[in-house]
Amino acid sequence: MTTNTLVAQQRSKRPLSARLASTSKIVFLAIAALFTLGPVVWTILTSLQPPTESLGATPSLIPKDLSFESYKAVFQQVDMVLLIVNSALVTLLCAVGQMITAAMAGYVFAKIEFRGRGLLFGLVLATMMVPMQVTIVPVFMLIRGMGLSDTLLALILPAIPTAFGTFLMRQYFLGLPDELGEAAAIDGAGPWRTFFSVYAPLATPGLAIVGILAFNYHWNEFFRPLIMLISEKNYTLPLGLVTLQGNKGTGSVATILAGVVISMIPALFVFIFGQRTLREGLTAGSHR
Amino acid sequence: MTTVTKTPQATEPASASRDTAARTRRSERRLALVFLIPTVGGLALFTFIPIVGSLVLAFFKWDVISSPKFVGLSNFIDIVADGTVRRSFLNTILFVVTTVILQLSVALGLAALVQSKLPGWLRSIFRSVFFFPLILSAASVSIMMSYLFNQQFGLVNWLLGHIGIPAVPWLNSGPGAIVMVILVYVWQNFGFSFLLFLGGLASIPREVYEAAAIDGASGWRQFSRITLPLVSPTILVASVMAIIASLQIFDQPYVLTRGGPGDSTRTAVMVIYESAFQQLQFGRASAIGLVLTVLIMLVTAVQFRLSRRFVFYS
Repeated sequence: MTTNTLVAQQRSKRPLSARLASTSKIVFLAIAALFTLGPVVWTILTSLQPPTESLGATPSLIPKDLSFESYKAVFQQVDMVLLIVNSALVTLLCAVGQMITAAMAGYVFAKIEFRGRGLLFGLVLATMMVPMQVTIVPVFMLIRGMGLSDTLLALILPAIPTAFGTFLMRQYFLGLPDELGEAAAIDGAGPWRTFFSVYAPLATPGLAIVGILAFNYHWNEFFRPLIMLISEKNYTLPLGLVTLQGNKGTGSVATILAGVVISMIPALFVFIFGQRTLREGLTAGSHR
Repeated sequence: MTTVTKTPQATEPASASRDTAARTRRSERRLALVFLIPTVGGLALFTFIPIVGSLVLAFFKWDVISSPKFVGLSNFIDIVADGTVRRSFLNTILFVVTTVILQLSVALGLAALVQSKLPGWLRSIFRSVFFFPLILSAASVSIMMSYLFNQQFGLVNWLLGHIGIPAVPWLNSGPGAIVMVILVYVWQNFGFSFLLFLGGLASIPREVYEAAAIDGASGWRQFSRITLPLVSPTILVASVMAIIASLQIFDQPYVLTRGGPGDSTRTAVMVIYESAFQQLQFGRASAIGLVLTVLIMLVTAVQFRLSRRFVFYS
């Protein structure tokens, strides 16, 4: 064997093992991805079967004939329109309310000095330490006392003041230079003008984070609706679907899964159009 | 900020600017007050007062109908003696330990693979995929999983049947239900730790790995000697956040099993819910809630200690 071929052999050996390593890495990641997406794909495929077939004894991966009958069925079995409207109302009002109040409070904590500011902000942050499940009993009493039990307001009002959103918005406003406000003051703008026409418009990316987080959380939430809502006409989508699943006699698997798929659609939109913002917001809490 | 000159010639403009400064200050205070009221007032009403209320209620017996009665520590004595409450706390701890270990190791492994040399488009696809379950509702996910894991018709048992495993009674046996709650919870939540790890790994400089590769360190050696120590601050943060979240586990076991069979998947929050809103024992529910809060605060305190002692900060 000449030295030349030996060198050539050695040279080709490394890339091969490296290629093998990276291929096995990708294969492993692909399998993990299959486990992650598989259940969702199965849900979508099953929801596209007619209501009777999905009760069959042999589970099938690919539906024999695609149909939207299960979607029609779920709208007949529960008042899906009402569930969607209720969920949308709660979600949108919580999100908008949180964006407005968090922007206002975050701005004050970042840009306006007053005595006791640090202490007050510390107290606001401290409320994040106590889990919502612990305060739910007194909150329920409070809501009852206000005459709001079994209304959508029972979900919306307590969710609007947000410590985490305030924290995020304060961070955001701290990142905007003080000189902007000083320049506005020299031009004769008062504190209100300075906020509304200088700082607030610049804070839209921060607001988007607060809004998307709130949207995702409240669209999906289950615990508070379960406690606060009694009559079915006030149910939100997750609560309605769990109730429908509970009365198993009434619905076939495909029908209920059609409802589940519908409940995923808004989250999917957020995922496609606001994924970056959502990721930023979700990890923001860890940099405290 | 306007500066006030003290020379006598400038008296007039100075007092004028002092006037405007005072006016600005007043209007700034008004703005601060108006802007803070919704958040601070709201949090006081819906978080602070309820915390105090919970603290007080824990020492009372109250069923809403009759007036509250002071009972001292008897709620706490009751819950310690109650087998269901004890079981639910043990279950919660079991869920915390298992889900946190699984969640963190899956997330760190996948994050390390995704962050290593990969074509950019593949990296962004995998990043999106692993984060996807996080945005779904726990209720919807649990419904969908309850069908996937159905003993007779479920796809999971059908697939297991093909490799010779007889139908597993996922929802109808204690151990099956426990494993299923853990799997469903981890499936939905590992994406959060994954995101944290992606951030942590991205901050490790590439040169460290290149130097290690030149010295002939293998992939595994690089992971255990470089990645693990350098990512330890993120591991701490991720585990604390995961522990706190899983101490509050409710949606998955509620929808999947309602706590059953028996008490085998009943959790602390589920007992709070049942005590308060099914048995109308609000004092007892508050007492259980307090115990849970203390657990959560302990975790936070331990985090503070650990982060000073063990974690490597570059």
